[in-house]
Amino acid sequence: MEQNTAPRIQPIADAPPSAELALRIRKHAVRMTNLGGSSHVGSVLSMADIVAVLYGGILRVDPSNPDRPDRDRFILSKGHAGAGIYAALAETGFFSTDLLEKHCADGSVLSGHVSHRGVPGVELSTGSLGHGLSVGAGMAYASKLDKLDNRAFVLLSDGECDEGSTWEAAMFAAHHKLDNLIAIVDYNKIQSLAPVAETLQLEPFADKWKAFGWSVAEIDGHDHNLLYTHLSSVPRAKGKPSCVIAHTTKGKGVSFMERSVLWHYRTPRGSEYDEALNELNSDS
Amino acid sequence: MRDNFVRQLSELARTDPRIFLMTADLGFKVLDGFAEEFPNQYLNVGIAEQNMIGLATGMAMQGRIVFCYSIGNFSTLRCLEQIRNDACYHEANVKVVAVGGGFSYGPLGISHHATEDLAIMRALPNMTIAVPGDQWEAREATKALAATPGTCYLRLDKSPAPATARAKEVFYIGKARTIREGSDITLIATGGILGPTLEAADSLVEQGIACRVISMHTIKPFDSEAVLKACRETGGIVTVEEHTIHGGLGSLVAETCMDAGVKPSVFRRIGLRAGFSSIVGAQEYLRREYGMDPKAIAKAVAELVSAGSPHAPRPRLRVSSGGTA
Repeated sequence: MEQNTAPRIQPIADAPPSAELALRIRKHAVRMTNLGGSSHVGSVLSMADIVAVLYGGILRVDPSNPDRPDRDRFILSKGHAGAGIYAALAETGFFSTDLLEKHCADGSVLSGHVSHRGVPGVELSTGSLGHGLSVGAGMAYASKLDKLDNRAFVLLSDGECDEGSTWEAAMFAAHHKLDNLIAIVDYNKIQSLAPVAETLQLEPFADKWKAFGWSVAEIDGHDHNLLYTHLSSVPRAKGKPSCVIAHTTKGKGVSFMERSVLWHYRTPRGSEYDEALNELNSDS
Repeated sequence: MRDNFVRQLSELARTDPRIFLMTADLGFKVLDGFAEEFPNQYLNVGIAEQNMIGLATGMAMQGRIVFCYSIGNFSTLRCLEQIRNDACYHEANVKVVAVGGGFSYGPLGISHHATEDLAIMRALPNMTIAVPGDQWEAREATKALAATPGTCYLRLDKSPAPATARAKEVFYIGKARTIREGSDITLIATGGILGPTLEAADSLVEQGIACRVISMHTIKPFDSEAVLKACRETGGIVTVEEHTIHGGLGSLVAETCMDAGVKPSVFRRIGLRAGFSSIVGAQEYLRREYGMDPKAIAKAVAELVSAGSPHAPRPRLRVSSGGTA
């Protein structure tokens, strides 16, 4: 339905370099969860590098015109990490970073789980897991029908792959050869209450996606070069949706949050908050 | 009704390339013509209703008007959260279509009895709900919902009422239709149960009871004014729905009256009162079983009318009479 407009849309020209963007997302996440008294800082820290590479050089989106029809679509299906996407959008010019102070505050539009209302650049409100891949597949399917060359990127959590609806969408995307759909799994190995392997084993995980008809890569989800290489060379195979399983560390960047189930829910406060920011500041 | 829905949708699809029809693998023989004529506007997504609503939302976000077709509870309850979070919250142009409202698939068992869908869909914000009562309403509602921005629910029924449209009548979403005039009591029906309701009204004429009959083909937005007017002019109200009495049309009418401070002289909700409808049978059989066939409706109305005005030889109710029922 939508016509491609010229000139062709490009990745955000003045985005910070991805390493810098990732660091800023991490610092925002710690500050935002502290200010908002909110959860899921570990989930944001694990995906910060993925999101930074996407907004820093992959996604063809336009902060000055967030609804441009020919834009790539990015869906954060693991909506509990909303702070991370708000931070990325603010840091790439979709809205002022001042707004981030209001995360989870009374009267704020920046909910803990990502919401599009009043937030430029958010494509889909999520928070209940297992929704994003279907919507992304619908976007990709419509783009195919309309012969548009934009892509739909969907970032999933590992725990979210417990949801059957994720696999309904996975089956659909392969059947319809949606090679303009890219699923990235933030495989941080920890879900809400316990490690993934102890809760509901996903392995052999890559084999599952392959069996469903996807072209799969498994990479270090904190290595920006690898992320850039894999996310810029999609589709991985013509006629197949692409899946990038990004092996990550939950809580990455703050030593005492790393690999900790506790920091799925815990809010950084007091000395923990100071220590977290100190560690991140010493990275810069 | 589903044939008329498909016919109307085909007409729309011919001139509007945004129209798209999805099915979750149901509609044997019913959708073949559409699929053949509009291969780029039709898709069987497989037996995956959650995915269907998500897909439809994604496609709607890229400019399409997507009708999602399945049987009663499958296109509504199975994917309720996708309807709520994905479609409604994003005001996506997704039109959920359920064939087999109420007991349309009576012999198939409770999995196929759609008897809570209206209450549940009604609770969702940003949702328009149409429940046509006859074939004309089915076509008009299809057309109207396609033109209504945002998420909609169309509940179709296997047993439509006989044609009720007048010459050159215009259909409006949210505007109830008065099918027959009467001053003693008002029967408000939604969906195909309008047929038995009209039959009941016919039979009551012999008992000297003149019923107003309203087809409430839109549950949301709701034509409160038609209800209040009926209250003021005819006193008593009886609602008829092939649906649980909890949260559907009857509840809505009661809420409307209470909110407005307008009290019907007598009031009765006819609908499913039992828990699960575990007894099976044809739609007509189940309507009899659960007290919503023409005879049961007429009996309930006659009792109410006489209760409302026990000493009058030809009962006439007025709100001002105090409504002692």
